[in-house]
Amino acid sequence: MTGLLRRLAAGAGFAVAVCAGAIAFHAVLPMAAEPRVIRITAKKFEYNPQKIVLKKGVPVVLELVALDRIHGFRILGLGLRADVLPDQAVRVEFTPDKAGRFVFACDVFCGDGHEDMDGVIVVEE
Amino acid sequence: MQAQFDRRDFMKLAGYGGVVFATGLSPAYAAAAGKDFFFVQLSDTHWGFSGPPNPEAASTLKRAVAAVNTLPRQPDFIMFTGDLTHTTDDPKERRRRLAEFKEIVAGLAVKNQRFIPGEHDASLDKGEAYQEFFGRTYYAFDHAGIHFVALDNVSDPGAKLGQAQLDWLKADLAQIDKDRPIIVLTHRPLFDLQPEWDWATADGKAAIDILTPYKNVTVFYGHIHQEHHHMTGHIAHHAATSLIFPLPAPGAQPKRAPVAWDPAAPFKGLGFRSVGSGDAPGNPVIKQYPVA
Ligand SMILES: [Cu+2]
Repeated sequence: MTGLLRRLAAGAGFAVAVCAGAIAFHAVLPMAAEPRVIRITAKKFEYNPQKIVLKKGVPVVLELVALDRIHGFRILGLGLRADVLPDQAVRVEFTPDKAGRFVFACDVFCGDGHEDMDGVIVVEE
Repeated sequence: MQAQFDRRDFMKLAGYGGVVFATGLSPAYAAAAGKDFFFVQLSDTHWGFSGPPNPEAASTLKRAVAAVNTLPRQPDFIMFTGDLTHTTDDPKERRRRLAEFKEIVAGLAVKNQRFIPGEHDASLDKGEAYQEFFGRTYYAFDHAGIHFVALDNVSDPGAKLGQAQLDWLKADLAQIDKDRPIIVLTHRPLFDLQPEWDWATADGKAAIDILTPYKNVTVFYGHIHQEHHHMTGHIAHHAATSLIFPLPAPGAQPKRAPVAWDPAAPFKGLGFRSVGSGDAPGNPVIKQYPVA
């Protein structure tokens, strides 16, 4: 069930870890359009945007880039995490397979305010 | 130990939330571990912090030092389990805080002091400044028949022990009998307590797997600023209170914001603890002390 999340890390060898089977494979749809790309920037101590609304079953690409230093990007509820690097976009493609609110947060300690660095992905039916 | 901590004394202190935990030890080590001993654990002193969660931040550590010094019997050694200082982006300021911290704890009557870093001390420079002041970030030592292992799950900002340290742990424990009592000291919990709040170690399970064949393992850690007791199999994990501000119970609220300072009960929820050999040799007895 896992392993179907495509890893589109920009730098060769850069790892995007998938922990759980929360990501559904999306079938190749007839005339499937390119997935929507959502760029998320990270800097001390916030993401922009902080709220992202997705549709269940619709593939999406998150393009992560840090503006100052390394941060983390982890969505426990979707079993997804990546390091977010400065000057290097990390692309994470997935298809949400369940509706709900999923908090994402920085899991690479980045200073006094690290604890407040988070956002939310809302997956609608 | 019994002379030091009689039962009445314990019952009184239980009011502070202290709990006795005992883990069985093989008789083979009763003799080796038979010496009455205890150590004191201080954690999360966050020297350099300032803000409403602790308006007495400049005095709390000094009060704790004074409180330890007035214990009727002095501990064999004192263990600091990380976040000695509060984090700063400025490498000079980090060193200043580490130096001040070191100077303050030099006021402890007991000079046998051991340290490990927390993420506030070490995660922004991979432990560089910390090591200038306190040396190695992970190590082992023996005391009163017990094998102590101090682990570093903070110098890697991704909360990892890392393969090199895991290999070292495995090699270190390879020399130890399976029924020898082992006490592990670390900053973050080795198990997944509340990963949403970074209350976990990314590769902590690998360490627990290495420790599991050993029959008498107890882990003492900090990071979560409150007492917490948990078992993974037969391994007991005990979290310590902080000396700066308490944090909410795991998952009790959406954010891990500090518990507000209560002017009517200053220093509430702060404290330190002793860990002793207990009424049977090697059975750790934990006792919680307030800071003021
Ligand atoms: Cu961050």
